[in-house]
Amino acid sequence: MLISIVNPNDRPVVLDAKGIVKTFGQVKALNGVDLAVTRQELVFVIGPSGSGKSTLLRCCNRLEEPTAGAVYVDGIDILNRGININAVRRHIGMVFQSFNLYPHMTALGNVTLALRRVLKLSTRDANSRGMEALDGVGLTDKAGAYPGELSGGQQQRVAIARALSLEPKIMLFDEPTSALDPELVGSVLEVMRRMRNTGMTMVVVSHEMRFAREAADRVIFMDEGHIVEEGTPSDIFEAPQHQRTRTFLSAVTQK
Amino acid sequence: MEQLVQNFFNIEVLIKVYPMLLKGVWMTLQLCVVVVPIGFLGGLLVAIGYSFHNRWLNALLIVYVDFFRAFPPLVLLIFVFYGTPYVGLEVPAFVAVLIAFFLNTSSYYGEILRAGIESIGRGQWEAARSTGIGRLQTMFYVILPQAMRNVAPDLTSNTLEVIKFTALASVVALPELLRMGRIAQGITYNPTPLIAVALIYLAMLWPLVRFLSRLERRMLVKQR
Ligand SMILES: Nc1ncnc2c1ncn2[C@@H]1O[C@H](COP(=O)(O)OP(=O)(O)O)[C@@H](O)[C@H]1O
Ligand SMILES: [Mg+2]
Repeated sequence: MLISIVNPNDRPVVLDAKGIVKTFGQVKALNGVDLAVTRQELVFVIGPSGSGKSTLLRCCNRLEEPTAGAVYVDGIDILNRGININAVRRHIGMVFQSFNLYPHMTALGNVTLALRRVLKLSTRDANSRGMEALDGVGLTDKAGAYPGELSGGQQQRVAIARALSLEPKIMLFDEPTSALDPELVGSVLEVMRRMRNTGMTMVVVSHEMRFAREAADRVIFMDEGHIVEEGTPSDIFEAPQHQRTRTFLSAVTQK
Repeated sequence: MEQLVQNFFNIEVLIKVYPMLLKGVWMTLQLCVVVVPIGFLGGLLVAIGYSFHNRWLNALLIVYVDFFRAFPPLVLLIFVFYGTPYVGLEVPAFVAVLIAFFLNTSSYYGEILRAGIESIGRGQWEAARSTGIGRLQTMFYVILPQAMRNVAPDLTSNTLEVIKFTALASVVALPELLRMGRIAQGITYNPTPLIAVALIYLAMLWPLVRFLSRLERRMLVKQR
């Protein structure tokens, strides 16, 4: 309810991607996509498999190098060659479908690696900050557990804590619940909901339409490397303008 | 039976030659503690070189690795020791052995580590890089520990192989264990020293084998 009081347009833009083109050989994964995200906004990205959602996110922290276009994070041109990309990336948290926890490190070790190596915190400071981050996702009791000893939902929450502990300006989620058993999805969405309520800026690629309805400020529908349409959740879910959107939505809500 | 003991397990002979054998053991140990680490480090550099996916660097490394893996280490050693004086470099036997072993060992370790590194999925790189960890730190803290675990059996057998190969150093008259054993055999006209040499190798390698396989197992348990 609070959200409607503040006009999102008054807020500073955290992420501004303009005219992103990305080709892989012959494949055009992105065909000129614009994505601007304002502070504390939660943007939901939906679309069929292969439509370029992951590529779009990965262009935003340069895990993929865009073929053309510009990406600004907090006003900084991150595609600039002279830039220290590592200094930029610590401000952009990313959560992956497959968690990608370091299997040879404990949950706490996973969270503290970047704190120690990037922020150069002492082991003690890193550990206390790491424990705070694990507390934020409800996993302090699993600090000493290895990823192999955790459920998928717990692993994903550790991965979220790993990104959050760096206090990023924006968090990118690439299908964070797609690899989870249905009964574990809720715990991860709960953490995301809490992040949203504490004002984190988020871009979420996901098929959790109910979560989108309830938490998103804006929903973007992508197909074939384009943004087909975007709007509020009710715009997109109740009154989609394009046939492709309708087809996609009816296909995913069938399930 | 008595004949057999006389020839192969002759205590008197052993008492006479054991100082020589000890000298040999000492030299072999010195060789191992230098050859194995520098070979491993060389291999690490090779493997890290591959991970840059630079076309020219890769081509160079492939040539290096293929060549020195295919080249018989004995011949390589002879080349280095007897060949270098012709180009104006007189290297001591120990150094010749180090050079030859470095070339051979680093290419084997390099190939093993490369395979290990390539066995680690892209997701691990991306997770670390996305938090701002640099390429080399990702390599050392995230990729290599997992890679080495995945190829631990190969690393182990290569290390044992290298240690046994140090016996080749006897061809350039380096007084390591095998050479001392053969000298002792020549002096005493009795093959007992050679048996002793074999047993000493066994006594050195067997605990190492046990230790390494324990280490392997421990690493596996920890991960899952
Ligand atoms: N590393 C890559 N190499 C080649 N093609 C890729 C690569 N990554 C993605 N693609 C292609 O780009 C298109 C968009 O992929 P992606 O962004 O993963 O879509 P989505 O996340 O929406 O499923 C697909 O056709 C995919 O095959
Ligand atoms: Mg995807």
